[in-house]
Amino acid sequence: MVEGKSRDWTTEEKTVDIGTWKERFEWVEELQASPDGETVAAIVNTGEETFNVCVNGQTWEKDFDKIWHLRFTPEGRPYALVADMDQWTVAVAGTPWAEAFDYAWQPVVSARGDHIAVSVQQGGRYAIAIDGAKWENDFADIGHWVSSASGTRSAAVVQVRAADSGQVHRFQEGTYTIAVDGQAWDNVFVNVWQPAFSPDERQVAAEVRLDLYRYTIAVDGRPWGKTYGGIWAPCFHPHTAHVVAPVRQAGKWYMVQDGEIIWQKPFVQLWQQQFSTDGDRLAAICAPRFGRWTVAVDGEPWRNTFNAMVTDLTFSPDGRRIAALAKQDAHWHVVVDDQVWRNVFDMAWPPVFSSDGANVAAKVEREGRYTFVVNDRFRGQPCDMAWDPCFSDDGDALLLRYVQDGVYHRRIVPLTDI
Amino acid sequence: MHALYEWVAGPLTWVAFAVFVIGLVFRLVQVLVMVRKTEPFIFTYMSWKFSLRSIGRWLVPFATLRWRTSPVMTVATFAFHLCLLVTPVFVLSHIVLWDEAWGVQWWALPDAVADVMTVVVIAGCLFFAGRRIVRREVRFLTDASDYFLLALTAAPFVTGFLAYHQVTQGAGMTIAHMISGQVLLAAIPFTRLRHMLLGWLTRAYMGSEFGGVRRARDY
Amino acid sequence: MEENQKPNHEKLDEGIDFGVSRLTPEKIEAAINAVFNRETGARFRAYVETCIHCGLCADACHFYLSRDKDPRFSPAGKVKQTVWPMLKAKGKVDAEMIRQAARIAHTECNLCKRCAIYCPFGIDIAYLMSMVRRVIHKLGATPLYLQDTAHSHAATMNQMWVKGDEWIDTLQWQEEEARAEFPSLRIPLEVEGADIMYSVIAPEPKFQAQLIYQMAAIMHTAGVRWTMPATMGWDNSDMAMFSGDNEIMGRIKRAHFDTAARLRVKRIVMGECGHAFRSVYDMGNRWLGWARPPIPIVHAIEFYYELLKSGRLRIARKYEKPVTLHDPCNVSRGAGLHEMARYVADQICEQVVEMHPNREYNYCCAAGGGVINCGPPFKNTRVLGNKIKAEQLFDAKSRGAQTMIAPCHNCHSGLHDIVHHYEVGLEIKFFGDIIYECMEKE
Repeated sequence: MVEGKSRDWTTEEKTVDIGTWKERFEWVEELQASPDGETVAAIVNTGEETFNVCVNGQTWEKDFDKIWHLRFTPEGRPYALVADMDQWTVAVAGTPWAEAFDYAWQPVVSARGDHIAVSVQQGGRYAIAIDGAKWENDFADIGHWVSSASGTRSAAVVQVRAADSGQVHRFQEGTYTIAVDGQAWDNVFVNVWQPAFSPDERQVAAEVRLDLYRYTIAVDGRPWGKTYGGIWAPCFHPHTAHVVAPVRQAGKWYMVQDGEIIWQKPFVQLWQQQFSTDGDRLAAICAPRFGRWTVAVDGEPWRNTFNAMVTDLTFSPDGRRIAALAKQDAHWHVVVDDQVWRNVFDMAWPPVFSSDGANVAAKVEREGRYTFVVNDRFRGQPCDMAWDPCFSDDGDALLLRYVQDGVYHRRIVPLTDI
Repeated sequence: MHALYEWVAGPLTWVAFAVFVIGLVFRLVQVLVMVRKTEPFIFTYMSWKFSLRSIGRWLVPFATLRWRTSPVMTVATFAFHLCLLVTPVFVLSHIVLWDEAWGVQWWALPDAVADVMTVVVIAGCLFFAGRRIVRREVRFLTDASDYFLLALTAAPFVTGFLAYHQVTQGAGMTIAHMISGQVLLAAIPFTRLRHMLLGWLTRAYMGSEFGGVRRARDY
Repeated sequence: MEENQKPNHEKLDEGIDFGVSRLTPEKIEAAINAVFNRETGARFRAYVETCIHCGLCADACHFYLSRDKDPRFSPAGKVKQTVWPMLKAKGKVDAEMIRQAARIAHTECNLCKRCAIYCPFGIDIAYLMSMVRRVIHKLGATPLYLQDTAHSHAATMNQMWVKGDEWIDTLQWQEEEARAEFPSLRIPLEVEGADIMYSVIAPEPKFQAQLIYQMAAIMHTAGVRWTMPATMGWDNSDMAMFSGDNEIMGRIKRAHFDTAARLRVKRIVMGECGHAFRSVYDMGNRWLGWARPPIPIVHAIEFYYELLKSGRLRIARKYEKPVTLHDPCNVSRGAGLHEMARYVADQICEQVVEMHPNREYNYCCAAGGGVINCGPPFKNTRVLGNKIKAEQLFDAKSRGAQTMIAPCHNCHSGLHDIVHHYEVGLEIKFFGDIIYECMEKE
């Protein structure tokens, strides 16, 4: 995590005029704002087949043939996927990595922002590259890749045995496994999905399919002793080596830990489980009955249920509170500890807690305009664009980032005003 | 003979009705419990509006594509089912029995009309049997049980017709009529004749799926 | 020599034959009873027990009508050859029976549900056939090509083994191509908060990239705020739904909806595909516990209808040749889009000649329901099994039609084979082809 302390919480407002950008460039793509709010950037077209990134009005030194996926690292450096002469790489703050590849996509940044990893294709073979350094081994296919929290390790689903299209029985003998830092597990599986690193980054767990019908979790290549009719992505307990995952048995979903059922209550659906930081509580998104969705905490579903979907399950940093987004018909709701906010939205972004968990804020959309909601009260006027709000570490102020009338605003709003 | 008649007209009738009613209620409860247990999602999609839209359409001759494209079958099946259900309820001799047992009575069909309707039911059974023999696509699906069900259905009407016209001497035919009717009633919940109950449910479900989810006609 | 003595052991399909060769009576019994007793319930029983063997469903089926009314091809006739013996013997059937059941359920039924509107009781024979396919899946005897497609779905979350980079590269390539015609056109990737996520089926990036080009041109011209995902979950198709692999069916659907949720779009617009539509509103969503799609899915027909009706898209000059319109099962009988399709056709074409029957009553193309995905071994099954379609098309042609619009990929390919085999002489197009050709371009 990047500390919020280093940010400027005193200057009430900073602005960047972006209205002129449209005149300077052929076109301006989607704006991106840095997490600290100090920078706003966009991919811009600077001529036929040439692109650049405009950061607070300044373009990078060098144009590229193609640029996409412009984002910011947590500590505020803009990076993007760039190509010159059909060779792709990652450029950070305008500087491309020394290494380039036949293709590079889906970059992931470490929590502190010091490492960027990306999946790459070189000569028809696939690998992960961290800060430009490609795995020593490459593979016939790659997918579902993840980076560890520190960003120094990576794992991905890879195909290690050839099975041409049509060789179904060979495929069913197993061709996929997980590669961690380029080293494949010894075991192969019919399918592998969604690897996850343990908190100490030493272990990797993933969903595996042993044959067409039996699903389980494998940890470091070793499948659990029990198999199930279905499985979803595993996660590790933050302090122990325990792995939990939702499994399907006789048509119902249960939460299991290391193969043993820990939530006795079955669900019509159960996924996206998450531990609180201290590991004391486990919550998941669930359907307690057909067509009704909510959050289950330690096996007990909330009272409020919704007919469309529930997403973005979020624990407060202290682990005491839980928020989620819920969709009923076409409307989005914010739900905090089973309390549904009165305001409804056309779209909502993940809820954000203050560090003490006392306050919740979210970016929302109504009638095509964006605004912020804090503790179920609207904050500020609807604007043209907005980014997720962010609480100061002491929880006294809120950092708002938005665009109105061609001007990007970074505002610090005392919570007492809200 | 009289004791047999009394027994068949009395206790056996009530047994048959009990088996019929309790059997159908049991079947209904069974299917609903099973839906709840195994496929509760079905309730989510059930819609009165679209169930009734579908059932309504199919209850009217020539109101569905299939009724229009098979006119002979349509006339036959509507005439058959109508007479099958109406005749036993409104035939005078049955109402007399109800009156004797419970002191209730209602409007009765003129005997001649009831007679014709009985013939329609018998003819319907013959038509269906003939169809099973003549039409290749039906013959392919037909086994002994189908003829058995037709015979089971025709029997009370054939015997009733013969008894009414006193083709045979004595109460034998009447007793045969009563027994065959009782067997038919009691058999409904336990044979494919239970389409009498399940048909409404499958129709309602399909009507709901087509109307509510698929937004299309199922008729 | 030995083959001559066992005439019914002719080679059927590599996947079916190999799968069947590994079966034991115990395996067969266990799989049938697992599916029929534990995975099905009231519906299955009610359908089987309500059927009074009247044969009224027969005339609904294009296979039956095209095969000289051979009763083995009638809907209930297929149930008789598959479900009945399995139920009667309580699963104790032999491997040859399973082999024939695989052929019938997978290649002689398109799950088009036309028979469901012919049955007075509304018995859903397509559902019964899906349950037979589920048994076949459990026995590992799914036709080779279809099984391979299901494998592709499981491994790549798309239907055609399209790799992560190939997908994005194709979009960028089409964007670049389109910029020659529309200099500022974009195929916006991964735009969080766009109004619409556009999703396609894997054959588009694999073989028909021009369809992506056309849709990009339409989106650009109509000024739609749209995006396409650069991760798995971009493919809305779902052949696992037809191979009886419900677990993978659900997994693919989840990836698709999760992707749309991650991009925070309000709606998903999908290309002109039928079965993918069915998988999101009918089958895949339900397996996951969603009564309705959690994020509304708009089929291309409805999307074009909106754009034309609202005037966001204008037609410069209507398509001149008379067209006839094929209503795909999964979007008309399956989702009631036939009147919108007619509105679109009338808006973009000078003359629309109806084929008969039409709308919900239209004959299936014989390619859908996973049948075309069973590949070359069964091409003749579906082409010869749909003579009635050729007759229907000849009739439309005799009344002037020169072009047929088929707003579904499977229909498109299946009808192409029929038009070719019977020498019908109709050009086949998607709505998108004609709209792109005839629209005002800025």
